[in-house]
Amino acid sequence: MNTKMSVTEKLFGSTKSYIKRNAGILIGLLALCVVIAIRSDSFLTYDNIMNVLRQSAQNIFLASGMTMILIAGGIDLSVGSVVGIIGVMVGTMINQGLPIPVAIIICLIVGALMGTFNGFILSRTTLPPFIVTYALMTILRGSTYVYTGGTTVRIDDRNFIAVGTGYTLGVPNPVWYMTIILIVVYIILNRTKLGRHIYAIGGNQKAAEFSGIDVKNVRLFVYVFSGLMGAVAGIVLAARSYAGQPTAGNGAEMDAIEACVLGGCSMAGGYGFIGGTIIGALIIAIMNNGLNLMRIDSYWQMVAKGIIVLIAVYVDYVKNQKKNKKG
Amino acid sequence: MAEEKLLLQMKGIDKSFPGVHALQNMQFELRRGEVHALLGENGAGKSTLIKVLGGIYQKDDGEIFIDGQKVEINSVEDARKAGVSIIHQELVLVPWLSIAENMFLGREPKNKLGFVDFDKMNSEAKKYLVDFGLDLNPLTPIAELNIAQQQMVEIVKAISFSSNIVVMDEPTSSLSDKEAEALFESIRKLKERGVGIIYISHRMSELDIIADRVTVLRDGQYVDTKVVKETKTDDLIALMVGRSMTNYYTRTYNSFPEVALKVNGLTTDRIHDVSFEAKRGEILGFSGLIGCGRSETMEAIFGLDKIKSGSVELYGKKISGLKPDRIIKEGVGFVPEDRRGEGMFGIMDIKFNATLKVLDEFIGKLHVNGKKEREIAQHGIDSLKVKAPGMSTPIASLSGGNQQKVIIASWLAAGPKVLIVDEPTRGIDVGAKGEIYEIMNRLAAEGVTILMVSSDLPEVLNMSDRIAVMCEGTITKILDRTEASQEVIMQYAVSM
Repeated sequence: MNTKMSVTEKLFGSTKSYIKRNAGILIGLLALCVVIAIRSDSFLTYDNIMNVLRQSAQNIFLASGMTMILIAGGIDLSVGSVVGIIGVMVGTMINQGLPIPVAIIICLIVGALMGTFNGFILSRTTLPPFIVTYALMTILRGSTYVYTGGTTVRIDDRNFIAVGTGYTLGVPNPVWYMTIILIVVYIILNRTKLGRHIYAIGGNQKAAEFSGIDVKNVRLFVYVFSGLMGAVAGIVLAARSYAGQPTAGNGAEMDAIEACVLGGCSMAGGYGFIGGTIIGALIIAIMNNGLNLMRIDSYWQMVAKGIIVLIAVYVDYVKNQKKNKKG
Repeated sequence: MAEEKLLLQMKGIDKSFPGVHALQNMQFELRRGEVHALLGENGAGKSTLIKVLGGIYQKDDGEIFIDGQKVEINSVEDARKAGVSIIHQELVLVPWLSIAENMFLGREPKNKLGFVDFDKMNSEAKKYLVDFGLDLNPLTPIAELNIAQQQMVEIVKAISFSSNIVVMDEPTSSLSDKEAEALFESIRKLKERGVGIIYISHRMSELDIIADRVTVLRDGQYVDTKVVKETKTDDLIALMVGRSMTNYYTRTYNSFPEVALKVNGLTTDRIHDVSFEAKRGEILGFSGLIGCGRSETMEAIFGLDKIKSGSVELYGKKISGLKPDRIIKEGVGFVPEDRRGEGMFGIMDIKFNATLKVLDEFIGKLHVNGKKEREIAQHGIDSLKVKAPGMSTPIASLSGGNQQKVIIASWLAAGPKVLIVDEPTRGIDVGAKGEIYEIMNRLAAEGVTILMVSSDLPEVLNMSDRIAVMCEGTITKILDRTEASQEVIMQYAVSM
């Protein structure tokens, strides 16, 4: 259905092309909502919708960074562990009486530094991103357990907890953060030179070098940004759950990747869009929520999630096959 | 001679794809011990014909006879059984397997336990290699061989299948002249064994050296078959393009007196003490064998390689030590050697590719000026006559010549003072080649200095004002076009 659209139109085109490009996944999203709404009365209530948005915000923090990394041809498995260690860190600092803004800023810097660690290695060497970020994932998770001894850091500071649980203008705070981040990522990817450079290095790194693009620093940037997003997710999650849990964010990197892939990101790099990632994250959140409302066992939920991902990428594959045959 | 039984005969071959009639009533014949060249522009149907013969495509209509016997080739396996081997343009050897493992891939000799019998495999492989006069260890991984050697291995592999028909698709496109000579030598050996060779090449000069007959294709149709020795190159080109091309190379020599680029004692890990000057509006050719440091010199000038000593000045301003993005801003462009691998963004469209070097001109403070972007792309398409349905066409779907034009256009958008072109016409068909030469000539006339690296000697001789010959990482001689010839160039290109 969108065979006539060019790649740049798809990627950088106006909002007009947005619906067209995402038609398949949007229909999926709608169908999911309809089914759940029929099966459960509480799905379309204000509280539940806000709940779903809050859930998806948590994933979108990470998926925003992941989208840029996947487009740039990389992957970041460490963000889930960043969520865990930052949660514990922020909890500890708040409990020791550090002013909230100071604690938050320190955590954001630390998150960015963790991204810098990935980005520095991955831009200055040819080590595979899967392995390097996996290594950091394990190191950070292990360090978190070592520091806490596996126990949860409880947080009682009401002002801090409001960061994650409060509402502004009737909308949960995390949804506001999510909105701001999405706008920032959208602007970077669609309205700046840096955005074009991210697509270029993921599309063909060699050609990017020959085009005078500073491949190293572009790559460094996407990992730093991802680390920063890990910190945001860690802080918000700690505030929402009144605690810095050492297990927090375990497997969250996979949910982020799932959202990106559902939204059309290519694992091979060079292709993807933040607008698709939003829908991907919404689908995941709505599915989790809906299956809960329908009282489906959480073990079965995992099975369902896997199947949905397979179906989504298969539909995409079939679409591409058709397109290739026509072209 | 006329009574001799044909090794291969293809008659009335027809093949259509949705929207394209790729082959129409095509015919082709091959004798024992003959090198029969296939000639035609890209899209003329050469590769479709080869793929039909190799069992990759199934013909819609027509007949194939091998040794007078009618055969049906419906799969790669059928083709192999019929004695057909294809050596593809992009080599398909597995890099980290040994020569022997590659030769016997998929048909490894087994011992009693059903495991691979490596001793037998290696000794068999060695036998074939020796037989062919190749002094290579069958245990060597393919990755450690140079491209010419890999090609030899492909040929030996073809022989080991006891193939009678060997198809070579642009075998010399990545070889130096010396390596090509070695390849021709092995082709002659194949001929002696009575093997028939179908040879595809865009380099006309090679046909005189190696081919006996040539069949010309145009737009999926058979045009003519000629004996190479009795046919002039110009006539063949005329048959290919359907019109006579009298001025294949366009060149009006009119360089300006000012020195545009001054390179002094440039040394990196891969080149040493490279010095030369290029004038405004001059085309300076770079010739030499593969690995002599031509592309490496260009990469050093462009800031892609670390400079240990020496300097590069552009109109008196030092640019060595700067990063590529700064060097581009100073006015240097680089059309790299490997078009797909280094030059273009295959999944993106023409617009993205054509405007990437001048993002500053239409991306301002968080705003993209789409109109300006389209203007830049359209200007590139128009001024270089890129043949494409529109700027939204993915660049990968264009022909090689048009891809190259888009890449050149992307540099011209940046208004370069010096344009480096590395193998500008490799793998590009004759018609488009002529257009690229015209573009280069026009740029030079406008005052752009062009550094042209090329392994195609006629191209270097016909397009350059002067020719820098390189050998083992340095310039051995800079020849004026009046004193240059293939022989003189080779003399300075081989080590002394």
